[in-house]
Amino acid sequence: MRIVIAEDSVLLRDGLTRMLTDGGFEVAAAVPDGEQLLRAVAEHGPDLAIVDVRMPPTHTDEGIRAALVIRRQYPDVALLVLSQYVEESYATDLLSAATSAVGYLLKDRVAHVADFLDAVRRVAAGGTALDPEVVAQLLVRRHDDPIERLTPREQHVLRLMAEGRSNTGIVEALNVSPSAVEKYVTNIFLKLDLPPTGTDHRRVLAVLKYLGT
Amino acid sequence: MVTCWDDLYLDVMISADMTTRRAPAVIRALWSAPTRRATGNTLAALLAAVAATLLLGLVGVVWWAAGWSLLHWPVGGWSHAALYIATVLAGPVALLWVVQALTALQRSRLHATLGLDLPAGTRAAALKPWPVGPWRAASTWHQLGFHVLTVFTGLIGGGLAIGLWLAPVALIYYLAGGHPVPGAACASAVATAALVLAAPWCARLVTRVDEVTAVALLGPSRSEALELRVETLSRSRADIVKATDAERRRIERDLHDGTQQRLVSLAMNLGMARARLTGAPPDARQAIADAHDEAMLALSELRDFIRGLHPAVLNDRGLAAALSGLAARAPLPVHLQVEVAQPASASIDAVAYFIVSEALTNVAKHAQATYAEVAVVRDSDLLRVTITDDGRGGAVPAGSDGSGLRGLAQRAAAVDGTLTISSPMGGPTVIAVELPCES
Repeated sequence: MRIVIAEDSVLLRDGLTRMLTDGGFEVAAAVPDGEQLLRAVAEHGPDLAIVDVRMPPTHTDEGIRAALVIRRQYPDVALLVLSQYVEESYATDLLSAATSAVGYLLKDRVAHVADFLDAVRRVAAGGTALDPEVVAQLLVRRHDDPIERLTPREQHVLRLMAEGRSNTGIVEALNVSPSAVEKYVTNIFLKLDLPPTGTDHRRVLAVLKYLGT
Repeated sequence: MVTCWDDLYLDVMISADMTTRRAPAVIRALWSAPTRRATGNTLAALLAAVAATLLLGLVGVVWWAAGWSLLHWPVGGWSHAALYIATVLAGPVALLWVVQALTALQRSRLHATLGLDLPAGTRAAALKPWPVGPWRAASTWHQLGFHVLTVFTGLIGGGLAIGLWLAPVALIYYLAGGHPVPGAACASAVATAALVLAAPWCARLVTRVDEVTAVALLGPSRSEALELRVETLSRSRADIVKATDAERRRIERDLHDGTQQRLVSLAMNLGMARARLTGAPPDARQAIADAHDEAMLALSELRDFIRGLHPAVLNDRGLAAALSGLAARAPLPVHLQVEVAQPASASIDAVAYFIVSEALTNVAKHAQATYAEVAVVRDSDLLRVTITDDGRGGAVPAGSDGSGLRGLAQRAAAVDGTLTISSPMGGPTVIAVELPCES
């Protein structure tokens, strides 16, 4: 799997490259800003781009803007955005443009090597990886929408879905039976008025509804 | 050339000084520095007074003539009457110009001859509506008073002082022109000497009067001086607030670009070591695991600290985005309402952000609330921030446990804002903040 990294700190750029290479990924390019990221994506056609939010020249949200451009121009490239802070407004921007093959993680998570590589694989495979903090922030904001109708347990399940976990993953996390999880998931779809089409699609819709994007 | 003149001047000064040491005070006064200064000023004041007399006299006579003619019905019929009316109406305007011009002249004269700097106070000339505004200001009348006064002090006092200096000229005329009787000639020589000796004191007296009246009438009044001071103070305080803000932003940026990245890198390396060194001895593995956990903890603490210093999102995306992050991170449900069509300045945004941040921390710590509401509304040139909670109330602004609330009030006061707290026992607590923003 080919990956392009955009990160302005040399230290982290090299560290990430080493970690991903060790993890069996191919790092096609590692660049320090958004502009070079777009060129690298055009040149290498990677499967995944790992993008830091705050990069030169303005040191604000270049990463998010570059990610949105990539999603528009190269919809096949999966996006994993790393940020020093979880900001709801960045996450909302990203998630309203991308519903699959997208991740938004706190930069700290790279230090949990196995979890991070797992998230990389999941996003590259078309899944989502949202930082628990992102999810928590997006959840707390909405008090007066359909999510309210969910029981606390169902909300918990939805939160895990938003973090990108499969049913199996949820079973592990909650320590309950697979049939129980399936029941929660069905209830969630029902309460959020999601028609029974492909399950994966409904999962994404449920998460998006939950995120209010 | 300039140096040459300076040297010459210096020589004269030195020789004058050497003479000074030997001469009695009355004689010494004739060429001492205060006398030179006073005489120069008196001469300049005399010239300025001549200008004042001419200008004020011209305006006064024309105005009076027009008014008088109007009262006694003009001979020339309507066209003349219209001219007189126009003149009468234009009088105050012309007088205002004369007063302003004379004030400027006198200020530069006082600066040149006495080194006296008189700050202009409120700019009476800029007061609206023109020309009523300037005439309503007390300073305009003070200035007029000074110019009328100079007609007397400047002309009479100045004339007298200069006249005393010129007494020897009159003596020479007298001695050369007539047929002086020896006794009379002797007496007039003595009288001339007395007059010349009196000249320095007369010039000094005139200058003293000039100085005192100028300070009283052309300088700022007490209230104007206070106004000036308040203006200076509030400007410098705004600068301090801005500078503090910029400094926090700089530190935030430095920490973000430096320490934080380095710490992430360290944690990542430790994480990789932890994952890879499965074959190492157990105590070594434990040490790495501990170091990794510590690094993660430090990272998380540093992140909270940096965010408390200055949230980057406030710069990037404004108050609404920053507050929504704040509301989301609060340990209790927060309903947020932001209606800010026109963004305030960066300093005001930062104050509003930190007030909400501290208020929510307080609510979480002390209020035992289940719910909080934050409303931020821009109301023309005010930013209104209201934080409400359904807790137990009883919050004291300056009490022992209210240091957080006092901090909020100080933050608001630093930008001329106000903060009111209503917190009856049993709640609800409402903190209302008003921050002025220039539109």
